[in-house]
Amino acid sequence: MEIEAAMAPYPVRQAAAIDALRIVQRHQGWVSDEAIAELSKLLEMPIAELDGTASFYNLIFRRPVGRHVILACDSVSCWLMDSKKLMSHIAGCLGVDPGRTTADGRFTLLPVVCLGACDRAPAMMIDEDLHTNVDPDRIGEILDKYE
Amino acid sequence: MVRIFVDNKQHEIEAGQNLLAACLSLGFDLPYFCWHPALHSVGACRQCAVKQFRDEHDTRGRIVMACMTPAGEGVRISIDDPEARAFRAGVIELMMLNHPHDCPVCDEGGECHLQDMTVMTGHSRRRYRGKKRTFHNQDLGPFVNHEMNRCIQCYRCVRFYRDYAGGSDLGAFSLRSQVYFGRHESGVLESEFSGNLAEVCPTGVFTDKSLKRHYTRKWDMQTAPSVCMHCALGCNIIPGSRYGSLRRISNRFNGQVNGYFLCDRGRFGYEFVNSARRLRRPLLRKAGGAPAPVSAAAALRRLRGIIAGCRGIVGIGSPRASLEANYALRRLAGPDRFVSGVSDGGQRLARLAVRILQTGPARSVPPGDIHKSDAVLVLGEDVTNFAPMLDLALRQSVRQRPLRDAAGAIPPWDDTASRGAVQQRRGPLFIATPAAARLDAIATAAWRAAPAEIARLGFMVASLLDQDAPAAAGQGAEERTLAAAIANALEEAERPLVISGAGLGSEAVLEAAANVAWALAESGRPAGLCLTLPEANSMGAALMEGGPLSLAVEAVESGEADTVVILENDLYRRAEPSIVNRLFKARHVIAIDSLDNSTTERASVVLPAATFAESDGTLVNSEGRAQRYFKVMPPLGDVMESWRWLAGITPAAEAAWQTIDDVIGDLEKELPVFTGAGLAAPGADFRIGGQKVARQARSYSGRTAMSANLSVNEPQSPADRDSPLAFSMEGFQGQPPPPLIPRYWEPGWNSAQALNKFQEEVGGPLRGGDPGKRLIEPARRRPHYFQQAPGPFSRSAGRWLLVPLYHIFGSEELSVFSPGIRQLAPSPYLALSPSDAAGLNITAGGLVELQTPAGFIRLPVRLIDALPAGVAGVPVCLPGLEGIVSPGIFAGINAVSEGAGGA
Amino acid sequence: MEMETPLTMNIRPGRRPPDIAAYEKNGGYRAVRKALKGMAPAEVTGAVKDAGLKGRGGAGFDAGQKWSFVPMGEDAPHPKYLVVNADEMEPGAFKDRLLLEGDPHQLVEGAILAAYAVQAEVAFVFLRWEYRLAARQLKQAVAEAYSRGLLGRNIIGSGFSLDLYLHISGGRYICGEETGLLNAIEGKRANPRSKPPYPQTSGLWGKPTVVNNVETICNIPHIVNNGAGWFKGLSRSAEGGTKIYGASGRVRSPGAWELPMGTTLKEVLEEHAGGMQEGYSLRGLLPGGASTDFLTPAHLDVKMDFGSVEAAGSRLGTGTIIVLDDRSCPVGMVLNLERFFARESCGWCTPCWGGLQFIVQLLGDIEAGRGRMEDIDMLASLAGMLAPGHTYCALAPGAAEPLASALRFFREDFERHVHQKRCPWKHA
Ligand SMILES: Cc1cc2nc3c(=O)[nH]c(=O)nc-3n(C[C@H](O)[C@H](O)[C@H](O)COP(=O)(O)O)c2cc1C
Ligand code: SF4
Ligand code: FES
Repeated sequence: MEIEAAMAPYPVRQAAAIDALRIVQRHQGWVSDEAIAELSKLLEMPIAELDGTASFYNLIFRRPVGRHVILACDSVSCWLMDSKKLMSHIAGCLGVDPGRTTADGRFTLLPVVCLGACDRAPAMMIDEDLHTNVDPDRIGEILDKYE
Repeated sequence: MVRIFVDNKQHEIEAGQNLLAACLSLGFDLPYFCWHPALHSVGACRQCAVKQFRDEHDTRGRIVMACMTPAGEGVRISIDDPEARAFRAGVIELMMLNHPHDCPVCDEGGECHLQDMTVMTGHSRRRYRGKKRTFHNQDLGPFVNHEMNRCIQCYRCVRFYRDYAGGSDLGAFSLRSQVYFGRHESGVLESEFSGNLAEVCPTGVFTDKSLKRHYTRKWDMQTAPSVCMHCALGCNIIPGSRYGSLRRISNRFNGQVNGYFLCDRGRFGYEFVNSARRLRRPLLRKAGGAPAPVSAAAALRRLRGIIAGCRGIVGIGSPRASLEANYALRRLAGPDRFVSGVSDGGQRLARLAVRILQTGPARSVPPGDIHKSDAVLVLGEDVTNFAPMLDLALRQSVRQRPLRDAAGAIPPWDDTASRGAVQQRRGPLFIATPAAARLDAIATAAWRAAPAEIARLGFMVASLLDQDAPAAAGQGAEERTLAAAIANALEEAERPLVISGAGLGSEAVLEAAANVAWALAESGRPAGLCLTLPEANSMGAALMEGGPLSLAVEAVESGEADTVVILENDLYRRAEPSIVNRLFKARHVIAIDSLDNSTTERASVVLPAATFAESDGTLVNSEGRAQRYFKVMPPLGDVMESWRWLAGITPAAEAAWQTIDDVIGDLEKELPVFTGAGLAAPGADFRIGGQKVARQARSYSGRTAMSANLSVNEPQSPADRDSPLAFSMEGFQGQPPPPLIPRYWEPGWNSAQALNKFQEEVGGPLRGGDPGKRLIEPARRRPHYFQQAPGPFSRSAGRWLLVPLYHIFGSEELSVFSPGIRQLAPSPYLALSPSDAAGLNITAGGLVELQTPAGFIRLPVRLIDALPAGVAGVPVCLPGLEGIVSPGIFAGINAVSEGAGGA
Repeated sequence: MEMETPLTMNIRPGRRPPDIAAYEKNGGYRAVRKALKGMAPAEVTGAVKDAGLKGRGGAGFDAGQKWSFVPMGEDAPHPKYLVVNADEMEPGAFKDRLLLEGDPHQLVEGAILAAYAVQAEVAFVFLRWEYRLAARQLKQAVAEAYSRGLLGRNIIGSGFSLDLYLHISGGRYICGEETGLLNAIEGKRANPRSKPPYPQTSGLWGKPTVVNNVETICNIPHIVNNGAGWFKGLSRSAEGGTKIYGASGRVRSPGAWELPMGTTLKEVLEEHAGGMQEGYSLRGLLPGGASTDFLTPAHLDVKMDFGSVEAAGSRLGTGTIIVLDDRSCPVGMVLNLERFFARESCGWCTPCWGGLQFIVQLLGDIEAGRGRMEDIDMLASLAGMLAPGHTYCALAPGAAEPLASALRFFREDFERHVHQKRCPWKHA
């Protein structure tokens, strides 16, 4: 239903591919092979093409992720403000390397392109919340808010 | 014509090209990857960079991609410019970053476009010290091998497979230097044209898996020009052999027929030649006894005795044998006792097709021109399975109209821009068939109906185009609207085309198609007609005007003839066993064939025939084009060309026919329709500078050692009396006349893409003209329309009209002896519409008993949604179903209750 | 004279943006009423052309001129599309976020006017997913505009209709490239398309399409209201209007400010960004985002407009300055930049996907102390391979700019890495 609605703006069903993938992801956390197969019917596009689209975009997750996704900016302005230290702090706190999910399935840590918050670097997002001027020493405090 | 300047030299070229095509046509060596003459330009690989200058005063210039730059009047470029050279060398270096450098174990090695381009640009030293990206490979089925680490991201595979061939299960995944080309998961590639990937891919990512099983390098393959045996379109092929076995088939360009591509049946069906069922020795069978192998000489002696003493001979020809073989048989049996060797229905259809093309004003369109049609009506044919390359052509034809509408700013070679502008829009394609067809997805309208209704639709369309053409009375509103839409689209088109043929087994459908094309011609349109036929020489056999099969039976039963000679024909595939069995009442049944089959099993004398790979011959394709194929290897042992066997037992021919030219010469004299057939290729005495054309490349290796296990003396190359080709590396190695091109190879161009150098201009005809000689041209006179439209289809209670269903893999006789094709052939089934099945209380997979004149047969049911009520589909000649289909008959169907099975 | 800041006048840091009532009270949607009721589409385009508004997305193409390539009149293909490029994924750029979060109605109004000028019936705002707040606010603003009859059928009785949709991106920098963006909206891989044909004639689904940056669009209402003369008067250079400049890195007060076009680098960095932080000094800067050439302290007097920055050897780009301080390693910074570009390359053309993979390897080796002298020359020649025209789109040339200029300005830093076999900025 939600996906049918997402097709409204477009003259062809396939155009809603990204919206549809995200809707699935919102409900299931990630996009499984089964979901791709089902969507491909709904969008009237071949599985290979839909997966070609899905695998192109970094915010479409084709692997399971944790309950919370940390998008930590690794681009230049944050780098200049020592984001490397921040990243290794987070990784240390979680006990996983960037790109991985914690064993308890609570967090997935992903490096991400500049979040457009360069004036408040270093920046990161957890789920939909933007965190700026993040002090590496206060990481634990921030993470505690996400169960 | 426009003038361009390349490195300050002026050249005249055809207007409207891009610079890459122009430079290649002019003979320059400019490297490229993503561009392909049929797939055009997308500017992805950046390999074709040249320097362009504003005018003669501009000394700085700028780098442009030749494939994306129009070659307009006065354009000045430099290929040699140091900066352009450095850029091209740099691009290759980047292409090779992740490449595994595994040429020694790569099937592409030695005919690799990437190798060629690397050498051409001079890149030879690796400077990248980082990690290479690596991938997992997929199992893509029996035809295509996958080795992704060799990928250079030129995107040709997906552009061919998806954009050009309409496949949907190959994609590009991920991005940056990690784009993965494959299926979303391992599995058999679905496209009927997947094998072309092996030629389209410029590296060793996609290679021919059938070749892999008996691998031979290109330079070690003996090759010759040949013609595909697996349908009536006559695609041109290059078979490659070594050690007396056939190793692979690759494309042989013929702009009038198949262009750059082949279907998978044509490419992978060849392995029947190596089959264990090959007949290698003559066999004599005493009444009731087991067959005893004898020598060729003994067999001939015995046969001469039989012929001399017999009361009369009936010759049963074959639509899969050459003109020469059929004619030789005709000479042996005499014109009155020569029969075509197809079912009586099949013969009526083929003769009707000939009559339509000979007497009407519509021209039979060369298969190679079909992609240019801008409005197409398909009446009755499932082209994808019956004449597969038409599918590929029609996929291009539907783009013609939208392309024309979008033209203007967009040059036709700019593929991204064209596809961006055309998007999903498609020109008119109307399909009327009983069952769903693969092409429905791109059709303007796909109409499901019984054959009679399909014919009635055609009559209706014709009558709308020309009032003189008879209509079919009592059409429904739906049909009228559809017919009007079709008539409109055909009338508005610049190159309208009607496709029909023998597939459905309905004469009425063929007549309807003729009426449509003729009516178009009458209204002044350049009407094209394409009538498909079942087999490689169906058209040739029809032109030879043999009698019907029933004539043979009569001759035997009346005692007029006591000897039957069956040429390359398993009659049990053609007619009901009860009829064929009657032929075996003759005293002598002599079968000449290459594979053991139900007919040879019963014959009293069996002569081992050479296949297309070991013989020369002329075939006439469904267009009416005579084409010559040549031996790629000499027949081994006692195997001989069918015509030679026949010549050997025909007293008048024995001395007269020394070479195949003698046979075709006599044929032309005796049957004027074949005038010119001998010109399809140069004769046996043709020489270039006194030399024959070499079937082996200069670098053919191991010649002195190949048979060292048998003898340390180097054997003499086998002689070839029949053709200007030699089984040797000695001989002419340059570019011979097109019908004799044994391989594409030019200095610096080892891959199949050397073809560019053989064409007048890239994408254009071969230098000297595309091979083949058309034997049929339309008559310039008013058509005599077929007057009798059939009545509406009415189902009779408890009986079903059987319509044939074709499978690209399975329905054709020879190709199923290739393991890959056999693997993909479906098992036998009976197709019913869901409502008919429900009426019989049958669900999908349930067993039914089909009652045909040939007997009872049990089959599982497949449900096909669109199948009209009262119509049942029977797959044609799938292994196990040979000989039971008589399309057009009504048959009873009963559900077999559970538990009652087991038979 | 008080400096005029038309683009940001409604924006109050830390406060919610004006709702439609507040926006209208401040003169909002006046331009829509003026144009739709009283101006022909060509007049709107004419006004923008006269103003000389240069696109703020980075390339600086004249907006009015871009619109004038759209086929007009009865026979023009339909529907036509307007796309507002709110992807803003260029590292170091954060100016569009300010406008999107701070005054969404201004964007909606600008979009209506731009659509009217080219007679587009459908508009998309292409927004990156990470801008969650902007998405909420834009949705709200769009809903309000619909409810007031400013969007939808027959806008304010003018006979002009426009539907405006939000398209949220699936990520990837290349989506900001205008033709990659079109493929992304169509649900495809965001590989760029070849030009010509330009989107203005063959864009979304092959129909005429105009793509403009957020800041470009936000300027339109003010130009329609106040005219070209006023617009030109805002600027301190030949290029009209104001510009949102920004600064990030080790400056005292990073941020974004609307200033007259042509404000000098020095003024932005010293007066607005407050100069360098205690203990840091300026080594170099990227004047307009990750894909612009380095400038050095010697360039501080350069005016920040398209022409002047180009004359100085770089590009104005997004106008958001990234400051390299003396305590950060230039090689490390370039490595960070190139890793970004390599990761975001769409994978279509060889110099880009291959060149960037190679560049990252070389820079990584140098930074890690494994570099060789010839690697530096190799880097230079790779940067040369990524020049404009050598690749399919402008991503790769953008990637080459900071690299080539770093090799020019910081060559000795690269050499020190090679000689010392380690990064001199890292403590042993
Ligand atoms: C790799 C790449 C990324 C881009 N990203 C953006 C972007 O995020 N936002 C933007 O407005 N323009 C971006 N552009 C520029 C657009 O292609 C286009 O020029 C611009 O949106 C046009 O708007 P304007 O004329 O109003 O400046 C990008 C260009 C390239 C090559
Ligand atoms: S430069 Fe080429 S590979 Fe890179 S993003 Fe553009 S089109 Fe894609
Ligand atoms: S052949 Fe020209 S860019 Fe690939």
